[in-house]
Amino acid sequence: MTNNHRVVNILVVGVGGQGVMTASEVLCETAISQGFDAKKTEVAGMAQRGGVVSSHVRFGPKVLSPGIACGEADILVAFEAAEAMRWCHYLRPGGIAMVNRLHLVPPVVSLGLFPYPPDPVEEIRKQGIRVHDFDGSAIALELGDKRLVNTVMMGAISESLPFTPELLKERIVKRFRIRKPALADLNGQAFDRGRAAAR
Amino acid sequence: MNPKPLTPPAAGSRLLMSGNEAVARAVWEAGVRVAAAYPGTPSTEILENLAFYPDLYTEWSVNEKVSLEVALGASLTGARSFCAMKHVGMNVASDALMTMTLTGVVGGLVIAIADDVGFSSSQNEQDSRFWGRFAHLPILEPADSQEAYEMTLAAFALSEKFSTPVILRLTTRICHVKCLVTIGAREAKRAADGFTKDPARWVMVPSNAQKRLPGVFAREKALTEESAASALNRLEPGSDRRVGFVTSGPAYMHVREAFPDAPVLKLGFSYPVPMNKIRELADQVDTLVVVEETEQLLETEIHAVGIQARGKDLLPTAGEMPPFVLKKHLAALFPELSNAAAETAAPLSSALPVFPRPPTMCAACPHLGVYYTLSQLRNVNIMGDIGCYTLGAGHPWRALDTTICMGASMGMALGMDKGRGPDDEKKNIVAVIGDSTFLHMGMQGLLDIAYNRGNVTVLLLDNRTVGMTGGQENPATGRDIYGEEAPRVDLAKVVESLGIAPEHIHVVDPYLLPVLFKTLREEVKYNGPSVIITNRPCVLTGYYEALKPYEVEASLCTGCGNCVDVGCPAIHVTRREKVIKPSGKEVELAFVDIETTACTGCGLCLQPCAPKAIRHAVPTATIHVVPASGEKL
Repeated sequence: MTNNHRVVNILVVGVGGQGVMTASEVLCETAISQGFDAKKTEVAGMAQRGGVVSSHVRFGPKVLSPGIACGEADILVAFEAAEAMRWCHYLRPGGIAMVNRLHLVPPVVSLGLFPYPPDPVEEIRKQGIRVHDFDGSAIALELGDKRLVNTVMMGAISESLPFTPELLKERIVKRFRIRKPALADLNGQAFDRGRAAAR
Repeated sequence: MNPKPLTPPAAGSRLLMSGNEAVARAVWEAGVRVAAAYPGTPSTEILENLAFYPDLYTEWSVNEKVSLEVALGASLTGARSFCAMKHVGMNVASDALMTMTLTGVVGGLVIAIADDVGFSSSQNEQDSRFWGRFAHLPILEPADSQEAYEMTLAAFALSEKFSTPVILRLTTRICHVKCLVTIGAREAKRAADGFTKDPARWVMVPSNAQKRLPGVFAREKALTEESAASALNRLEPGSDRRVGFVTSGPAYMHVREAFPDAPVLKLGFSYPVPMNKIRELADQVDTLVVVEETEQLLETEIHAVGIQARGKDLLPTAGEMPPFVLKKHLAALFPELSNAAAETAAPLSSALPVFPRPPTMCAACPHLGVYYTLSQLRNVNIMGDIGCYTLGAGHPWRALDTTICMGASMGMALGMDKGRGPDDEKKNIVAVIGDSTFLHMGMQGLLDIAYNRGNVTVLLLDNRTVGMTGGQENPATGRDIYGEEAPRVDLAKVVESLGIAPEHIHVVDPYLLPVLFKTLREEVKYNGPSVIITNRPCVLTGYYEALKPYEVEASLCTGCGNCVDVGCPAIHVTRREKVIKPSGKEVELAFVDIETTACTGCGLCLQPCAPKAIRHAVPTATIHVVPASGEKL
């Protein structure tokens, strides 16, 4: 992933409200700060109502089409385990999946209309995909707020990017310093914990 | 939400912007005085962003037609004006559009229409390029945020050069894609030179209007020459001349990515069609292919002038045209593609089966009580409308039978009442509509129900916001787009003045299920129109106050599943068990838990809980201070 001459494709997925779009925006901004062209796209319309959210981040010397096609993602970052399963076919051969083990059970499952897969991570592994899974939400809760999970996940993928983890961390912390200064340090910690968990 | 004018980023900045943000910036730079819109995905953020800019007037209008009329009125004073809408908004606004094409404009007037190509949040997928043909108006089509910014500025210049409204056609992939945009400086805000009275131009009675018509066609002819010479229509040479592409909008980026060596005619000023440039490309290539989102429009026009072209005989007539779609459907023209596809060994050819995750109502949403109650009623036909409450059609309620367009619940309920035969005689007819949709296009329908004495029970769900698009203000909010206090419409009084008898107007708290149920049951029995207004705000707005969360006392839960029928996403089934009742009947029990961090204590779920197993959660400290040194995981 250190080849700077091609377009890097990162697919960030989760459930409405988990901070998927913020995470992908920070990824995009960091790439731009390093001189890359970048595009980010998602279908946001009804996602805030607990639906599926997928955000496509592409960066490289020049990015044309904003979407990532099936079989072309370098990294899949999944904030929820079943969502990792839903999107893992987007990975290219040799791509990696970074998965938060959290299970978010939607009402259609609670109502007994569909089953929740017993072990989504195992299902993905069976496909021959390289998966790194950890309980990012537990880390976020331990730090005091489940919404920190997006920063934890960014920390987790930070060593797989064509720029240094410190750059990404700096962006995230800076963003919070401007918008929610009280949470800046906490997000820095969340990033470090995610990074350590992915090693 | 309380946007205060911010200091806009400096001219020359290079920023990551969505298409909507880029259009807003350009509208401000163009010196626009008045901008109006009704929220609608994917266009909503244009006006939301404009509200942050200083020194121009922006408003949420009650519907798209009004927003376009506001823009036209401003233009008549000489001010530059702007309005934005989603594709279906123009269906509502088109009455104004089809005559303003005759009058033309004074100050530049640009209409951004955002097509929801790919159905991210819409009831249909329509192609707004038709409006250019229908109303004889120019259309500009950006392919990314930078172009959205540039073409908005160009649209104002074009509008004033030809005294015409200009359509800026956007799609979801322009509105919601972020990429780099280099921004410029603001022009001095245009002075409004004042309205010049000119009945022959502005009073469109038949005798005046018919005299304006030849001017419309002359203008279209002049615009054709403008488009033929425009730098926005760019012929890009390519080394592989087997296929040449004619394309516009986001499809251009997809074509460029999929076929980097092909010659491409990129249309930015796509109507009137620059047929000269299309002919020029056709002469250079073996096959001309038209890639358009979504309908076969340009291609038909190209065929009509006798140029051979392919397009929709190969490509889909719905949805987006991303590179993989293009490569798949055009493989016949590029034989090497089918070989390449065979060589690529993707790890997975198709998706793994996973449950669907449809959008749901929020925990404690006031609509939950309404749909729980509706789902308990028998013999009822429920005419629905457009908003978060459309989700009532889904599980577990299944309590909404139709959705067509803004306000349709009213007229359809009346029609169903008047048209019903013996099979529907005993059916109760209910219409469900939200506050903003009611004020947008529902009031007229309710007036029709009252005037024509329909036997319809209307549920008017007033949550004080435009919920589905992200919580924008409307006249029921009590605040305007800037978050400033504004007159709050009194819905009960509106309903009464439309002709509903006061004794059949009820304002009900939707969290009180017995009251809601009793009121609804009584009013459906009444043979005449009645309106039940629910009065609790959307949980995502500042008006909502969260209460103490609940939890389930597991030892008391009998697994009856009544609380699950409320449909709150904070209630989870932890265990299912099949038991045989004394009657011999097998039933499945569902034992539950409440996600306390998501629960805001609305109290809906405890009302149908017979064993009283739901109680206030015991507060637990969850925040741990982590040493700065960091522990090893």
